[in-house]
Amino acid sequence: MALVPLTVAIPLLAAGALAAVKPLSPRRSAQIASIAAAAAVAAVSGVLLARAGGETLVYWFGGWEPRGHVAVGISFLVDPVSAGLVCFAAVLTVAALVFALRYVDVADDLFYVLMLVFLAGMTGFSLAGDLFTAFVFFELMGISAYALAGYNVEQRAPIEGSLNFAVTNTAGSFLLLFGIGLLYGRAGALNLAQLGEALAPESADGLVIVAFVLIAAGFLVKAAAVPFHFWLADAYAVARTPVCILLAAVMSELGLYGLARVYWAVFSGSLGPSHEELRIVLVALGVLTALVGAAMTLLQGHLKRLLAFATMAYVGLMLVGVGLLEAEALAGAAVFVVGDGFLKAALFVCVGIVQHRTGDVDEADLHGAGRPMRWTGLVLVVATAAVCSLPPFGAFLGKSMIEHGASAVDYGWLVALYVAVPALVGAALLRAAARVFLGVGTRAPGGRDPGAEPEEPESEPESRTPVSMFATAVALLACGLAIGLWPGLSGDAVAAAHRFIDRAGYAAVGLGGAGATDVREGHFSSYTPAAHDYLLAALTMAGAAGLAWLSLFRDPRRLPGGRVLQRPLHTLRRLHSGHVGDYLAWLAAGTAVFGGCCALALGT
Amino acid sequence: MTAVAYVVAVWLLLIGLYGAVTSRHLVHLVVCLTVAQSSTYVLLLAVGYRDGADAPIFADIPVGSPVVDPIVQALTLTDVVVEATVVALLLALTVQARKRFGTVDPDGIRELHG
Repeated sequence: MALVPLTVAIPLLAAGALAAVKPLSPRRSAQIASIAAAAAVAAVSGVLLARAGGETLVYWFGGWEPRGHVAVGISFLVDPVSAGLVCFAAVLTVAALVFALRYVDVADDLFYVLMLVFLAGMTGFSLAGDLFTAFVFFELMGISAYALAGYNVEQRAPIEGSLNFAVTNTAGSFLLLFGIGLLYGRAGALNLAQLGEALAPESADGLVIVAFVLIAAGFLVKAAAVPFHFWLADAYAVARTPVCILLAAVMSELGLYGLARVYWAVFSGSLGPSHEELRIVLVALGVLTALVGAAMTLLQGHLKRLLAFATMAYVGLMLVGVGLLEAEALAGAAVFVVGDGFLKAALFVCVGIVQHRTGDVDEADLHGAGRPMRWTGLVLVVATAAVCSLPPFGAFLGKSMIEHGASAVDYGWLVALYVAVPALVGAALLRAAARVFLGVGTRAPGGRDPGAEPEEPESEPESRTPVSMFATAVALLACGLAIGLWPGLSGDAVAAAHRFIDRAGYAAVGLGGAGATDVREGHFSSYTPAAHDYLLAALTMAGAAGLAWLSLFRDPRRLPGGRVLQRPLHTLRRLHSGHVGDYLAWLAAGTAVFGGCCALALGT
Repeated sequence: MTAVAYVVAVWLLLIGLYGAVTSRHLVHLVVCLTVAQSSTYVLLLAVGYRDGADAPIFADIPVGSPVVDPIVQALTLTDVVVEATVVALLLALTVQARKRFGTVDPDGIRELHG
């Protein structure tokens, strides 16, 4: 139990110590210390994850335990989902820092300090048992992410990307805090368990719905759902690769986690009667996000921007899994987050290696330039196949579980989405890989504007791939494989999801009692993918390969339907204007529309 | 009285966002964000306000007398600190934007698009 606060204390103390001794310590020691701190968090959260399988752990800071169902103190609540996310974030931080050993030519060690603070923010947000603590860690995570995205202040693009990121997300956090304030005014509590108990007896009125909309919008800005997503590509395209790993694989997904946690712990009692209508709203939002993300992925030539939109498309798929409001789909989404997260990190690392070797990340400029890096190309192609649900990688398992959960609530048609979106994303990645590593096909259009500022390499181009970088890519790929092969993972995930959505059980544990329901690991049989799951996976990969071939060797305008699609795609692209005012306007309009839909769905 | 406070809170949020959307100067944009942010201060304090109540310091008033809610005041203070950090970071980015782009008009900062 005493281990729980260590997950936040270790990175924060290490960050403080590193910042304090910065003038004295050589670079190497800061690297080693930060990797050790992140690894320690991974180990501690691994132990907690193993323990949380049996029962949910609650840690009350300063021993301020609740009395008579009133919680004044601050708690950290460790269940398999939150502990799993902390462990995942810590492992990826280790990977990012190892990758950064040979990559970041930063002038000082503050990069490592910021990475550790970022980790502490993600950890605290995952474990927080009350809304305001969650908000504070959410902001800590956000602020360190803004600083990390714009770390390279000598160049223009990172400044613009970081500004768009910071302004949009700050506006999102106002909405979140406004919602928290309204909820506190209604229920007089901040503790998630106590809030859930206070709201549960009555059906939702206008104030509760408005609070839900504002809180959900705040989290959806971080998760980058349409139309709150505009900042994402700007930030991810300019951040350094080690930062991209954490932003794309963990931070976006934590927005979804926040939404899921708050919905089930706080709102599921009062909004529960109309959950079928809410499901329509959330699934529609997820489908829209996935489709817009996939379409934008195909249009990109800048490899990091391409991966940013791929991230967005997959967040849409995960949002569908969460928004189905069903235990197995939620379990599938959790497996998908981790399984896909490792693969996405591996993809970013491969692109980072290309950037390290050539000093460029544009498909058009790099035509055939990747020929000497054939092993990196191989890892990239395997990871691409894996995100296109190549069995037995983790993404395949998670996707199959979501599809199974969807058909249980009559949303079986979503299977088409889970084939189409990975196929489109995979096609874009395969096309880019074929051009960069093999030099085949027509040359990509565009490339760098002659007048644009030359993109400085993040470090001096090297003729060999550093071992630490290639090892990181392979290790991340292996982690993605391990998630898919872990015996009994899907059964444990379903058990964890049942505990996650059990509001009464959460309230009992969160207010100091013992768990009311007996949802233990091992009671749920593992999900074994059926024949049709393998068939769909084969279809997805075939679709990706076919589309990639078409885009390499055929003029898209000559294809049937190409001319019709050209104009809407052009308009879609124009909407991503890079203007921060536009992004804020979309945010405000999106909140209004989302609120209207929620009011229609819930206010009956 | 309290109804006015809630109306002011919503108005501050909307006018702050409007100002940020239409802003032509990054410093102005950051200040507009702080205006929107102050809506949450007003909201939180209004939630905890009670007519005729004292400050929640029991040194010089009898225990049990009506006081305003101290929790929202603690939240507001924390919020002020969090937001001060964000504003500092945004202003630092603004300084860098002026150096690299030679302008602080969001219309002139258009390296990324599509």
